Amino acid sequence: MVARTVLHDADITRALRRIAHEVLESRRGDGRLVFLGIPTRGATLALRIQQIVDEIEPGVSSAGSLDITLYRDDLARTPTRTPAPTRIPAGGIDDAIVVLVDDVLYSGRTIRAALDALVDHGRPRVVRLAVLVDRGHRELPIRADFVGKNLPSSTSERVSVRLTEVDGNDEVTIE
Amino acid sequence: MIQHLLSTRDLDREAAIRILDVAEDMAQTADREVRKLPPLRGKTVVNLFFEDSTRTRLSFESAAKRLSADVITFSAKGSSVSKGESLKDTAQTLAAMGADAIVVRHHDSGAAHQLAHAGWIDAAIINAGDGTHEHPTQALLDAFTMRSRRHGADSRGRGLDGLRVAIVGDILHSRVARSNVWLLTTLGAEVHVVAPRTLLPHGIEHWPVTVHEHLDDALAAAPGAVMMLRIQTERMRDAFFPSSREYAREWGLTAERMTQLGPDTMVMHPGPMNRGLEISSAAADSSASTVLDQVTNGVSIRMAVLYLLVAGSSETADSTGGER
Amino acid sequence: MTGILIRGASSLGEHTDDIRIRDGVIIARGSLTAELGERVIDAAGLIALPGLVDLHTHLREPGGEASETVLTGTRAAAAGGFTAVHAMANTSPVADTAGVVEQVQRLGERHGYATVRPIGAVTVGLAGEQLAEIGAMARSTAAVRVFSDDGFCVHDPLIMRRALEYVATFDGVVAQHAQEPRLTQGAQMNEGALSGELGLAGWPAVAEEAIIARDVLLAQHVGARLHICHVSTAGSVEVVRWAKARGIAVTAEATPHHLLLTEDLARGYDARFKVNPPLRRDEDVLALRAALADGTIDIVATDHAPHPTEAKECTWAEAAFGMVGLESALSIVQRTMVDTGLLEWRGVARVLSTTPAEIGRVPGYAEPLEVGSPAHLTLIDASSERTWSVADLRGRSQNSPFVGETLPGRVVHTLHRGVSTVLDAELVDAETVAAAHEAVTRG
Ligand SMILES: [Zn+2]
Repeated sequence: MVARTVLHDADITRALRRIAHEVLESRRGDGRLVFLGIPTRGATLALRIQQIVDEIEPGVSSAGSLDITLYRDDLARTPTRTPAPTRIPAGGIDDAIVVLVDDVLYSGRTIRAALDALVDHGRPRVVRLAVLVDRGHRELPIRADFVGKNLPSSTSERVSVRLTEVDGNDEVTIE
Repeated sequence: MIQHLLSTRDLDREAAIRILDVAEDMAQTADREVRKLPPLRGKTVVNLFFEDSTRTRLSFESAAKRLSADVITFSAKGSSVSKGESLKDTAQTLAAMGADAIVVRHHDSGAAHQLAHAGWIDAAIINAGDGTHEHPTQALLDAFTMRSRRHGADSRGRGLDGLRVAIVGDILHSRVARSNVWLLTTLGAEVHVVAPRTLLPHGIEHWPVTVHEHLDDALAAAPGAVMMLRIQTERMRDAFFPSSREYAREWGLTAERMTQLGPDTMVMHPGPMNRGLEISSAAADSSASTVLDQVTNGVSIRMAVLYLLVAGSSETADSTGGER
Repeated sequence: MTGILIRGASSLGEHTDDIRIRDGVIIARGSLTAELGERVIDAAGLIALPGLVDLHTHLREPGGEASETVLTGTRAAAAGGFTAVHAMANTSPVADTAGVVEQVQRLGERHGYATVRPIGAVTVGLAGEQLAEIGAMARSTAAVRVFSDDGFCVHDPLIMRRALEYVATFDGVVAQHAQEPRLTQGAQMNEGALSGELGLAGWPAVAEEAIIARDVLLAQHVGARLHICHVSTAGSVEVVRWAKARGIAVTAEATPHHLLLTEDLARGYDARFKVNPPLRRDEDVLALRAALADGTIDIVATDHAPHPTEAKECTWAEAAFGMVGLESALSIVQRTMVDTGLLEWRGVARVLSTTPAEIGRVPGYAEPLEVGSPAHLTLIDASSERTWSVADLRGRSQNSPFVGETLPGRVVHTLHRGVSTVLDAELVDAETVAAAHEAVTRG
């Protein structure tokens, strides 16, 4: 099947700006924002969103990455994966508003693992979830707070997110 | 990834660096609020110690527990392994108990290899020291320590290219030396070994090392790391060397020799040390000494090895697995 | 007693004729017609060799019956084409008295699969300190002529000198297990680059060569015969060659496994390959083959050393030394010496029958396959080939290094004093052999 582009580079930039604004709007009081991306592409997106937030409201946010490899529920069923680094920004996550960032939300299992990983690093005030694409088919009671694009899909389809920092260009395709 | 860890010869550069990199991730978790990680939940790791070694056993135990494995320890003292039970019977007992991994320390060379290949048990076998053969996790933690000292936070993905390492002492009987020679060479280091001829293995000219009979010659080559091996004084009785005094004078890292080392030269020792014999207190306690780092890094390396060998399934499942 | 007519065998692989056997003796050769009541063995395509004689067999009885007995060991011997074996002295009790050697000899005689020639210990309890009663063993009904502390080296030079002199008094020979004990303390495998890599204590070639050099000089000095067990190194070959050139009365044996296998097999720490002396390097194997071909090494002896499974299913250092070899010896000699063109079948008869019988003073082997000689012979199919499995082992133990190897040749018939011990490639059952053997000996 031929891949069809559903988000071009400009669409992605626009979606991330919108998410940045929504996050700031939802921030009540003087909460510290910590964007934690799930490697690999979630970490890139977290960094981009945080940069936008920092331009709008400097000094209230930071970004890092949260690896979930060791917390996956399918570890024993697949060949061993090499973990990616976790980088928690200085100041940690205690009492912060943590925004988990991932590229695609699908079954919800990755986010479940991320929530487990998160509590091992501290106790945030709240945890939010931002994703570039929500393609449905949840297997767990998890929903995103900030969504770049809702993309109804069939389970046989494959959604691919490409980002310049990792893949050389910005694009979301479905095939 | 390999199925067992028996010898550092089985690791190619990519596999070795992967272990070191995963150990970096494991080391990171040491200063978190919750240090325990879940990946070996429901897995059973057996520490099978036919030879007493409290420090290695504790290091493996704490690594396995940090990964949430169930840990069973069989040690030579006071359990069935002392009462003439064969390696085979012990292995089959452990198989019946559902061991996923066996960390084995044995006084005989090849014991880990036999456990892995004799068909007695299916578990992943990790060699925690077999006779005078190998001690791969020690070499990995040594390499990790050298890499961290040299490259700090920028260690990931790197080997030890260009590092000159002098290994000093009883090369003939040392499993640490063997594992280090193969691993350091794989990682791009230049290995020198130093010992009186009595303590060099026959055929060492076929090893990928530069051989020195005198420590001062090796130090003159300006090594980036000097690894002192524990010397057993019993060796005197078999005429390997005449006296501890002479050994210390000729092959010991004395305070005086410390002054010949470069400013960044690391002083390493796998422990336990014989102070005043192969290593002086001046050397052991200097800022060049990595002895305590080696202990700390031991847990991270063993976590990495356990994770890589035990967490996943051996069958190749579909490559992506997660959500997309 | 009915006779046997062997039809169409090729004697020593040289010329084909028929062999008539009566009352345990070869009575006619040539183109013969079957007589009434004569059992005919169709041997077309088979090679007739004299019954093989092993100078170095561990039968384990008395004391080691879990690994082998005189019965099971001689059955293994028959399966391998042997009609005489020399039973090593390291039993429990040690064969250091007339009583023990007579017992072993009697057991062999009763079972009838092969002539059992006990070897007497050189020193009491193999301890290397005090000479055993060599005269009593020589004069016993076992008529011992070979004395050995095999398993241990007679390392004290003074004891060795005395043993050579004293044994010579009784027309015997000392078979030396050449292993300098101090140089081989805790030794596990050939000393070289590989032992260093595997972390197994090395067994230097010099530990064997130094003893052989000493002993040939002692033998020369006292004018006695000396036999060297299981020569394993190229250096040992050189020493023996030098001694023979000087006219010293030394003979030497090589084992089948040292003619084929090398130290590389230790790599997997599989204790089936642990043996004393250890497997050596390629160049040693080639030197042994050349020496066997040119007569520097006189004979092949199996050093058949059965061990129970548990003695091998353990770590290398814990495992027992030794391999079984009776069943496979001829196949290994064929592969390493005949198929390589180093030896004709006549030469095989020399190294596996005539010469070992001569060294051991076993009567009846001096004129192989000749009219008037006892009917000890084996008929083999040299063209057959098989992959060895434990089913090919006929003794009590399974510690063969050749299981899984494809080896040439097959023993189709073995006759010991005219009694079939192997018939159409199958061992004949024990009662039949014992009864037939008794009938022949009663005459
Ligand atoms: Zn022997």
